[in-house]
Amino acid sequence: MPAPAFEIHDMTVAYQRRPVLWDIDLELPEGQLVGIVGPNGAGKTTLIKAALGLVPLASGKVEIYGKSYFEQRRLVGYVPQRESVDWDFPVTVRDVVLMGTYGKLGWFRRPGRAEREVADRCLDQVGMLPLANRQIRQLSGGQQQRVFLARALAQDAQIYFLDEPFSGVDAATEAAIVELLQTLRASGKTVLIVHHDIQTVREYFDYVILLNMRLIACGPVDVAFTKENLQKTYGGRLTILDEAAEAMRQREPNR
Amino acid sequence: MSGLPLLLGLSLSSKVMIGTALLGGMAGVVGCFAVLRGRALVGDMLAHAALPGVALAFLLMGSRSILTLSVGALATGLLAIATIAVIVRWTRTKEDAAIGIVLSTFFGAGVVLLSVVQKPAVGGNKAGLNSYLFGDPGNMLTGDLFVLALVGAILLFTVALLFKEFKVVCFDTDFAQSQGWPTLTLDLLMMASLAVVTIVGLPIVGVILMAAMIILPAATARFWTNRLHIMLLLAAAFGIAAGPLGTYLGRGFPAGAAIVLTAASFFGVSLLLAPDRGVAARLMAEYQLRKRITREHLLRSLYELSESQLPDIPCLPLLTVSQYRHWDSLEKMLQLEAEAGTILRTEQTIQLTPFGLRRAAELTKAHRLWEMYLVQYADIAPDHVDRDADDVEHLLPESLLVELEQQLAEEDRLPNLVAEVPSSPHELDTDKPQQ
Repeated sequence: MPAPAFEIHDMTVAYQRRPVLWDIDLELPEGQLVGIVGPNGAGKTTLIKAALGLVPLASGKVEIYGKSYFEQRRLVGYVPQRESVDWDFPVTVRDVVLMGTYGKLGWFRRPGRAEREVADRCLDQVGMLPLANRQIRQLSGGQQQRVFLARALAQDAQIYFLDEPFSGVDAATEAAIVELLQTLRASGKTVLIVHHDIQTVREYFDYVILLNMRLIACGPVDVAFTKENLQKTYGGRLTILDEAAEAMRQREPNR
Repeated sequence: MSGLPLLLGLSLSSKVMIGTALLGGMAGVVGCFAVLRGRALVGDMLAHAALPGVALAFLLMGSRSILTLSVGALATGLLAIATIAVIVRWTRTKEDAAIGIVLSTFFGAGVVLLSVVQKPAVGGNKAGLNSYLFGDPGNMLTGDLFVLALVGAILLFTVALLFKEFKVVCFDTDFAQSQGWPTLTLDLLMMASLAVVTIVGLPIVGVILMAAMIILPAATARFWTNRLHIMLLLAAAFGIAAGPLGTYLGRGFPAGAAIVLTAASFFGVSLLLAPDRGVAARLMAEYQLRKRITREHLLRSLYELSESQLPDIPCLPLLTVSQYRHWDSLEKMLQLEAEAGTILRTEQTIQLTPFGLRRAAELTKAHRLWEMYLVQYADIAPDHVDRDADDVEHLLPESLLVELEQQLAEEDRLPNLVAEVPSSPHELDTDKPQQ
């Protein structure tokens, strides 16, 4: 049996002795869209950052296709939260996307024609090619998010980690992202997405990771995304949200 | 090799020119990375905290060569940075307070040590350590020039080699780290370049003004470009120009101050005149925008007033137009439009020309489609609302435009006019409501 695309064993992450994630243990097969869902402060972003080696693990290990992240980082694409960078930085849209190719370029080599072609193709995929020469300050929130997605595409990865790609974007961008995710899945990529809106989980994802400092459930949406699990994840607050989500789903059965 | 004797035989003034230009160029380059990373004040702190190190190095080694003194400066500078880190980590003092405390404490210690050094018995008076306070390029030794040139060459080489790596770390450290770049090492390398340039610049512009030398050329360059490599080149150029120019213009005044004031005047001019980011350009853009909006309002109003009688173009009484909506400078606008050939006007009437009608119709159509879009898709539009109404046809997907037009047609509100202008989705003062 081939190694799973992504695997976490007994992982605990702590910030200054306060544990943020407890004993996480999970396994994801290849070619799935995976939603990471949980309330604020549940450790969703931390899970991604720990997987990418951006925060130290207190214990446990993370494996990508059976090897450690440091051996497999060429297989990984990353979309950080949009607010994490200074959008007034003096670079153009194309410059940002080119950064996706830096990993494969390695030390000292500059991106050339081939890399620019990759960047332009990725920009085209997210519908941003006409804005390639814009300074990034002039972009709207949704456009910024698409630039980040294009940069991750330029990494040409096997497994992608997206941190709240849907937050603060317009409906057109949301639809474009969903379409892109489906294209990625169709070509056998695995995508993990930190997601806030539990109403769209069933619609967007194949797998779901329910998280609230510890792992509540991880599995195919049909199996893991149950009312009991949601209640365990969100506690008392869920009841209203949950009913609203249920109501939405029943009103639009064809979704 | 005739370079060495040539350089040794340089007159003092050309030595000063070369030295200040070298320093300015280096400060510009390291300043870009510092400013972009929000670390502009690290240079300031290093410079102030270097003073006690300079005095101590002289006391211990008895030499005034730039290399000896710089080692001392670097030592206390780094000690200061470490002190701040410790204070912030282990006490409840905030970082800005910690920087203020440490910076002035070290500087105070430096001033005291300097006065010790200058006692005749110690002999520091002749050593010109005073130049470390306010800077004095005239005190430069030929050997110092070599040190500057060497530091400059190493810096240039490092930045050229690691440009891509510095860029990605500066812009998005987490992303860079996820790609496997050693972000901490690269970050430290940038900090180290900043520290080295700051320290070698101390005897030329002085500890108090060195920070300005780091920040000003970079901040000036940022006004003129949106590309990092051009910003680096421009910052270097501004620094190179400010050094010799300031020394030359400020003859008879402290050179460090003159150089910084020159760099500050570059900044001031850029602040006012730079395209796009400058104050003048922004005011101009705002004025143009207002003028355009008013003109568009005028044409649209004239169209709306004429609409009921089309395809005949009616002569509208001036009074009707002036009462139709609030105008700031109607007369001036009418004059502009008449000159542009969009309207014909007599003393008391206004009439759209056929050309004006077409222009007005286009504007009205774009405006109405836009309004319609906002009304119907209010919940999904916030991403686009800052756009010009003019852009609507380029901005919205064609399928959506077709849909909007179809909707108007279904409600029998899509006019069959030459210009195909949809009627307004909200009620106009001239029209009775359609239903």
